[in-house]
Amino acid sequence: MDALLSCHNLVMRFRGLTALDDLHLDIRKGEILGLLGPNGSGKTTFFNVVTGVYRASGGRIEFESQDISRSSPQAVYRAGIARTFQRSRLCLPLTIFDNIMIGNHRNLNHGLWFNVVRRKALRRQYEACREEARELLTIFNQALGSRLMEAAGSVSMIDRRRIEVCRALVSRPKLLLLDEPSAGMTHEETNELMDDILTIRKRMPELTIVIIEHGMSVIERITDRCVVLNYGRKLCEGTYAEIARNPEVQQAYLGKS
Amino acid sequence: MLSSDKLPLSESTPAPSSARAPGPLPAIVGVVAIAVFATILLRVHGQWALLTLGVVAAIALVVAVRTGATSRFEGAFAAHEGLMNGVAIAACLAVIAVLAKEDFSLLIVSTVLLYCTACMGLTVQLGYCGVLNFAGAAFFGAGAYTAAVLGAHTALPHLLVLLAGGCIAGLLGSVLLLPVLRTRGHYAALITVAFGIMFRSFLEVNNTLGGPQGLMVPGMTIFGWSLNKGLVIGGVTLSFYFNYALVTLALAIAVYVVTRRLERSWVGMHFDAVRIDELAASTFGLNVQALKIGAFVIGNVFIGMAGAVFAMMTGFISPTDFDFSTSLVLIAIIMLGGIGNVWGILPAAAFVLILPEKLQAIQEYRFLLYSAAVILVLLFRPEGLFPRRLRRYFPSRGGG
Repeated sequence: MDALLSCHNLVMRFRGLTALDDLHLDIRKGEILGLLGPNGSGKTTFFNVVTGVYRASGGRIEFESQDISRSSPQAVYRAGIARTFQRSRLCLPLTIFDNIMIGNHRNLNHGLWFNVVRRKALRRQYEACREEARELLTIFNQALGSRLMEAAGSVSMIDRRRIEVCRALVSRPKLLLLDEPSAGMTHEETNELMDDILTIRKRMPELTIVIIEHGMSVIERITDRCVVLNYGRKLCEGTYAEIARNPEVQQAYLGKS
Repeated sequence: MLSSDKLPLSESTPAPSSARAPGPLPAIVGVVAIAVFATILLRVHGQWALLTLGVVAAIALVVAVRTGATSRFEGAFAAHEGLMNGVAIAACLAVIAVLAKEDFSLLIVSTVLLYCTACMGLTVQLGYCGVLNFAGAAFFGAGAYTAAVLGAHTALPHLLVLLAGGCIAGLLGSVLLLPVLRTRGHYAALITVAFGIMFRSFLEVNNTLGGPQGLMVPGMTIFGWSLNKGLVIGGVTLSFYFNYALVTLALAIAVYVVTRRLERSWVGMHFDAVRIDELAASTFGLNVQALKIGAFVIGNVFIGMAGAVFAMMTGFISPTDFDFSTSLVLIAIIMLGGIGNVWGILPAAAFVLILPEKLQAIQEYRFLLYSAAVILVLLFRPEGLFPRRLRRYFPSRGGG
């Protein structure tokens, strides 16, 4: 199968600490890949390196056969990679609509002349965007679609997470990176959110998703394939059933018995 | 399933317009009250009467905030913005007309309007994009000195001088771009503080620009109409500051339109995103540096244009007009008014500038007064008297 994104010998060092250590990883087109590992095993660092927040100390990242390991976050976004954050990074004082539109940067006309002088054209673009944002939100939650112009800070935690996913999805990325979307949520909320993710997958079969998760039942339910990291290295990969049986994985999570 | 999603609306969230749109009355009453108060304040000269007025205003303000009258005023204002913009402009014109023969009062009114213009520049910088600028007075001064030099040595039409003042201020600001972009938060603020102080020292030692004695500036002439000659209407000669009041009002309106349109566009939304979360913004493709540069330059152009008109109006400028304390006054105005809310600037500027100017007893202590006012606002109403509202891109038509 084609790899959408592949890493070769990826290394990320922070002074003395090696967060990613000679990592080889392939993400296949159209799959939902679960990224697992104990705390501090380098999962979020991997996202940050891929999205250009950190620059890799060594190795290569190829996205659709283009080397993106030296690209800025903006270039990575334009190439078609969008993400969510482990800690919510919504702009709470802004409206839900504004928050989603931040993710739509690629499709907005942001010239000064266009924005200040050509108000009619801006209005057409705005109305199209608003419709799009509403449709996207309704996939997740019928009620949210009508609250588009309210402050993002006025909705519940799970809806904020949904808005974050919408913000990542609105630009139609090829690869979506979800950094522990269930963090800080109840069991029921997590289930709801996973339903949402499966719905997205049904609607956008082309979309490739990488999800960092700790809950094993969640992983089992939604991933096609998993990769387990430990100390910045790939411990093993395979389907959930395969990795769950792997003694090394059990050892990494539970310690030596 | 939906019950868990139905959180009570937060206080700042306006009710859906279809449910109950507030009438424009509270807003009109508020604007008229402010205009009447400002006129009385400007016409009264007795120190005790002024002191009483000041105390009355302070008490009225506290009561208004406590009883929620300010939020009602604000809500009605926002709901009928098109109408209220007109009412506010009419109120300004009325105040100017009533004071048409009084030099000093009109000078104050014009100064208030120029400070409003400069503060709109700061709003773009700090209120929208989060770029701190404690050198507002330096850019104001850059515009003023540009007007002085161009007015004295060239025959450039004065509207172009005004634009040139803005452009020079913008250019001067680009000297600061590199250090401001490479630092963050307090450090960036300190750099602008240092720049403001350096600018003043530079003016004081530079003899071509008049040194500490300052420069004379020729009055403004627009299409052959010399603003320094008082209009004669029906045999009554008006103050020549009447002309300047009209011009400063026009400038403030023009800058207001641009600022508002900026806010209500993708650019304004991107400014906000950069201010609130740079990392998230850059992850979604926003060019954080370019946006900061844009906000900084646009803001400085506004401030510089205000400075240019200020110089032509007062006819004489010296380095003391542009010292650090003036920068602080500009910041104090936007903090009092509500950072990011353009309409909050006008009442705040009026309060900060008129009261000390009239009340000689407190003139010496005016910085004490400003600091006290800012501390009180930060303690009791950290978002300012009129907090900024959620963005509506096209509010007058269809609530969007």
